[in-house]
Amino acid sequence: MQIDLRTVSIQPLRQTFDPVAEHIGGDKPASRYLEGTIGIQAEDNFHYRPLWAPEYEIFDASRTAIQMSDWYKLKDPRQFYYGTYTLSRARMQDTAEADFDFVEERGLADSYPEAAKKLALDVLLPLRHVEWAGNMNSTFICAYGYGAAITQPCIYQAMDHLGMAQYLTRLGLLMDDAPALDAAKEAWLKDAKWQELRRYVEDTFVLEDWFEVFVAHNLALDGLLYPLVYQQIDKVLNAQGGPVVSMLTRFQSEWYTENVKWVDASIKIAAAESAENKAKLSAWTKAWRDRAIVAMKPIAEFALGADGAAQMETLIQQFNDRAAKLGLAL
Amino acid sequence: MDMKVKKKLGLKERYGLMTRGLGWDTTYQPMDKVFPYDKFEGIKIHDWEKWEDPFRLTMDAYWKYQAEKERKLYAIIDAFAQNNGHLGVTDARYINTLKLFLTGISPLEYMAHRGFAHVGRQMRGVGPRVACQMQAIDEIRHAQTQIHSMSNYNKYYNGLHAPRHMLDRVWYLSVPKSFFDDAITAGPFEWMIAIGFSFEYVLTNLLFVPFVSGAAYNGDMGAMTFGFSAQSDEARHMTLGLECIKFLLEQDPDNLPIVQRWIDKWTWRGTRVLTLVGMMMDYMLPKRVMSWKEAWEIYFEQNGTALFNDLARYGIKVPECVNQTFEDKEHISHQAWATFYQYGAAADFHTWMPKPDEMDWLSEKYPNTFDKYYRPRFEYWAEQHKAGNRFYNNTLPMLCQVCQIPMLFTEPGDPTQICYRETDYKEEKYHFCSDHCKHIFEHEPEKYVQAWLPVHQIYQGNCFPEGTDPTAPGFEPLPAVLEYYHINHGRDNLEYEGSEDQRNFEAWRQQATKN
Repeated sequence: MQIDLRTVSIQPLRQTFDPVAEHIGGDKPASRYLEGTIGIQAEDNFHYRPLWAPEYEIFDASRTAIQMSDWYKLKDPRQFYYGTYTLSRARMQDTAEADFDFVEERGLADSYPEAAKKLALDVLLPLRHVEWAGNMNSTFICAYGYGAAITQPCIYQAMDHLGMAQYLTRLGLLMDDAPALDAAKEAWLKDAKWQELRRYVEDTFVLEDWFEVFVAHNLALDGLLYPLVYQQIDKVLNAQGGPVVSMLTRFQSEWYTENVKWVDASIKIAAAESAENKAKLSAWTKAWRDRAIVAMKPIAEFALGADGAAQMETLIQQFNDRAAKLGLAL
Repeated sequence: MDMKVKKKLGLKERYGLMTRGLGWDTTYQPMDKVFPYDKFEGIKIHDWEKWEDPFRLTMDAYWKYQAEKERKLYAIIDAFAQNNGHLGVTDARYINTLKLFLTGISPLEYMAHRGFAHVGRQMRGVGPRVACQMQAIDEIRHAQTQIHSMSNYNKYYNGLHAPRHMLDRVWYLSVPKSFFDDAITAGPFEWMIAIGFSFEYVLTNLLFVPFVSGAAYNGDMGAMTFGFSAQSDEARHMTLGLECIKFLLEQDPDNLPIVQRWIDKWTWRGTRVLTLVGMMMDYMLPKRVMSWKEAWEIYFEQNGTALFNDLARYGIKVPECVNQTFEDKEHISHQAWATFYQYGAAADFHTWMPKPDEMDWLSEKYPNTFDKYYRPRFEYWAEQHKAGNRFYNNTLPMLCQVCQIPMLFTEPGDPTQICYRETDYKEEKYHFCSDHCKHIFEHEPEKYVQAWLPVHQIYQGNCFPEGTDPTAPGFEPLPAVLEYYHINHGRDNLEYEGSEDQRNFEAWRQQATKN
């Protein structure tokens, strides 16, 4: 059954804004994602050059070696604009809140086995700083990238990383106490098993090409680290102590599954644009993958023991398959 | 069992762990290379830990509150569109204020988004960085909610179809564009004083309040709602601006003269941009909220004085340019509207002469100036229009090298003479609307000589569509410039009386309210 309600209908003069119509090939109704994204970054007739980077215009496509005929090809498959982004994260945080409440009310953190707890905290708490590095790098791409299609999701990515750093902080406070966070920071700064990873992210802080930062952080680092921590190490923790840590890190693992779609779409479109892009993206991916492997090995070995090396091999294979699907030649 | 008692964390301590506890001093790369831009302006920061967080909002709470606001806002936008809410506004002249807003302001919200991302990456202290990032994401919200609120107007009315394209090109839009370009190309601390403090704290009530109240007074629930929905974000932005200036001044006495110069510069830059708002309040709103002069007195003179009194303990003085605004507030809205009326062929909105009762309102609000200096000219133009001679000025005006407003302001002390100032720099002559713009230029000539002045650019042949041959016989520059602007001649521009907007609005309102 359908009820036929009537409204006064007026013929519109046009359906959407000029750049959107141009982008979708004609004056057709367009989504809020498109109207809030396509062509909204200034492109022409900038008045002054940045005092802090006079070699560039305010927004300048030559800040990366990647070249696109149209930067708005790099659309976000999730179609996130601010409204849909916050609604999606609000739903995820509702779940996270319920999980944290559940663990706290039932005292599940206190009854969690000591060895598993130590492993969880040793691995997860230093990752607060990796999340913070993700925040810095995503903010960097948002600031210096070209075209709102790619820069917009980067501010969301930045805030996601901040949020995940905060969930890890809460996990630390729930399962232990504030001094545990200090100890983890000390490990991040000094403990040998974290140093290659710290060197990795610090080196990404001084990269100049924002697309290389995208590859180094979003593809290579996240692409190996998230599966290692939130899949493989998570399994070990589940086996040792039940799903408490899985509950407290559900946000991260759901986030990663969703995030891969956007990262993959961006890389795939940029690589398909030209042989030069493909070569550049492949070279960056290969170089940063190799460094990420070196950085992660000690952590895999620490958490997974004798099984660590084999599990890393599986992850690397999965990563290589993923890269091949995106059109990269590693 | 583990019996150790957890220490209860205070809000400040807990927020500290959630933000600044995440950062560290890099050692594999030098900090100066990781943060290369926060020293060159000469601002001295000794201890970033002294930064007081202006608000304590973790991401989970942020997502939750903001999503709730978005849900409500978009429900209203949808209802407004479905119900042809646009036909409920006072009259179709009102829609021209939305054109001014969507082309002149929304793209700047986007610039603020990118600018705060830049500063949110470059500040060495974690506390201010997080606060700036939150503003960066809020600002894209504002750009998008404005676009989405006005998307329905774009479907039915002219002049709203290419806001950012126009911002990058149209003569008068170089005024707001150059303002933000100036701020983002400055160093990160100057950005914070320019946008975070001067714009968000000192001037925002003169920008946002007139537009949003104007929407409320004129029956535009769509635009009003995004304004109200942005209010709590704006409150956060204001506290950030204020914290920033206090932090800089408390860190080192050497920062005072630098900060004072920025406040002087950006107060004047902001005042000039607000000329457009003044004109909107006095001439474009069918139902007026208050006069520009009244708004200036309440929001700048009263509130601003309280603020400067508060900052006096740091040694901050009221900028000298403020003295000129006491005189200007009685003139600038009339002078600006007179200019837009003449150049109505090259704008993306309609212009008109006020009706007799509206002129009387202006006389009452501006007893010292309106009847004496402006009414006779406006009545003459209205008569000429009635007689079939609607006046359009076909030459192009000279622009100020700094604020980029045409030379329309008058000499201090003599409202019958246009104010001109000039200076020589590297054997070129540069022109200004005022002593204050001239001073700004003289302090940073290398910056302002770069300005993309729309009138110069037209004369140089840079504002025609690609492939245009200006030497072809019979070439008409104006249509070519309008095409480059994406202004549809005869639909987006010219006089309001008889415009397609006016005719459609009347016909649609009939259709919606009569049988």
